[in-house]
Amino acid sequence: MKTRYVPSTELLERAQCGEMAAIGRLITRAEGNVEEIRSTLSTIYQRAGRAHVIGLTGVPGSGKSTLVGTLTARLRTKGQKVGIVAVDPSSPYSGGAILGDRVRMSELVLDPGVYIRSMATRGAVGGMARATLDVVDILDIGGFDTIIIETVGVGQDEVEIAKASHTTVVVSAPGLGDDIQAIKAGMLEIADIHVVSKFDRSDANRTMVDLKKMLTFGAMTSAGTGWQTPVVGVSSLSGEGLDELVEKIELHREVARSSRGDARRRAIATFRLQKTAEHLLVERFTKASASAVPALAERLSRRQGDPYALANELLASAAASS
Amino acid sequence: MEPIRVLLAKVGLDGHDRGVKVVARTLRDAGMDVIYSGLHRTPAEVVTAAVQEDVDVLGVSLLSGVQLTVFPKIFALLEEHGARDMIVIAGGVMPDEDVVELKKMGVAEVLLQDTTPDKIVATLKRLVTERGAR
Ligand SMILES: Nc1nc2c(ncn2[C@@H]2O[C@H](COP(=O)(O)OP(=O)(O)O)[C@@H](O)[C@H]2O)c(=O)[nH]1
Ligand SMILES: [Mg+2]
Repeated sequence: MKTRYVPSTELLERAQCGEMAAIGRLITRAEGNVEEIRSTLSTIYQRAGRAHVIGLTGVPGSGKSTLVGTLTARLRTKGQKVGIVAVDPSSPYSGGAILGDRVRMSELVLDPGVYIRSMATRGAVGGMARATLDVVDILDIGGFDTIIIETVGVGQDEVEIAKASHTTVVVSAPGLGDDIQAIKAGMLEIADIHVVSKFDRSDANRTMVDLKKMLTFGAMTSAGTGWQTPVVGVSSLSGEGLDELVEKIELHREVARSSRGDARRRAIATFRLQKTAEHLLVERFTKASASAVPALAERLSRRQGDPYALANELLASAAASS
Repeated sequence: MEPIRVLLAKVGLDGHDRGVKVVARTLRDAGMDVIYSGLHRTPAEVVTAAVQEDVDVLGVSLLSGVQLTVFPKIFALLEEHGARDMIVIAGGVMPDEDVVELKKMGVAEVLLQDTTPDKIVATLKRLVTERGAR
């Protein structure tokens, strides 16, 4: 049963009316980097830019997905429509993934003001950052006011994505070892807001004290904006601290939107420009070099040349044929 | 090519998900992206999730003998969302006459409990290939 291929331009108009299936299909095509959607993505970028984007990161098990659920419920009571992009790692063996985060957000499923989309790191063709930011734009034109990107803060890619948002929230949890996990992963510096999660636990206070101690060593005030990075204790179980978190997010949004957010906006644009260019470069190179690869690889395996010399030959031949 | 996206859903009162989780791992190991719905979902919840996730395949597993009421609801909801092109498969335990009935409704394939992992993977790949680009 072959079905009609609906052009992306048509899907765009439907997505802007909030049609869920159209939003979903555009995201699939963006993620898969389908050639046909490219010109539509240009239009989407020009129409987007309204939503507030929150990057939420932390080590596995720190309570991110649960927090995304409770935070979203709180934002909904304020009338905001919320889009969620939950990024989870793919298996290094098969490239496949089991994406289970929806289970933690299941109360939100039937709310038409919430859109939840799961992504596997390796599902994205042409880089996570490129794909995630395209998906954010699609949710933006779909009418979602706040978009939360949940990423596991372990890989460089994931941390970069959290950074490429308007407000970066870094989650640290008690009970996952003695240290503040964010230090190891290099996430401490990128936070606009720190959350100590599972604040209902008796050992959460120690995590809070440790984190604050760590922060006094580093810069807690980001240069240029005067923003003081707050540390908020939150329990998704009891709801404690959620109001404070929402308040800090709103405060930071105001800073991000004002002229004080200029530098951040430029940094995000720089990041996105570079990531997109990298992707296009690799794509063109792969295409242009494909026919020359086998012969050169053969010579390399026979040691009739060294990797650098032959790679240079490959680059030269790709440049000549593109 | 992008990985095949699958939503595995448990509908109804049946509280066992060991089987579904085994299937989830099988599909992941075959390179697919698998989204798991959690237990006790309603047809409306399952379809909303499947549409938002824009999965290639919606796999509904049930043991409780409610298949003949659940699937018509699922198809009606997919229609409502304009997502009738989604591949729907059923899994679990059911009598042969139900299998025939489900296929008439539009269920693409019924994978009974004893289906081997290889067969499950091959079936999904075939169905997605037959559907073509989307
Ligand atoms: N005590 C307590 N446990 C929590 C809280 N939030 C999440 N958890 C538990 O922490 C575990 C990991 O949660 P999850 O949201 O999946 O973390 P993620 O891996 O960071 O997305 C689960 O077992 C949750 O039930 C909380 O506020 N308090
Ligand atoms: Mg999670």
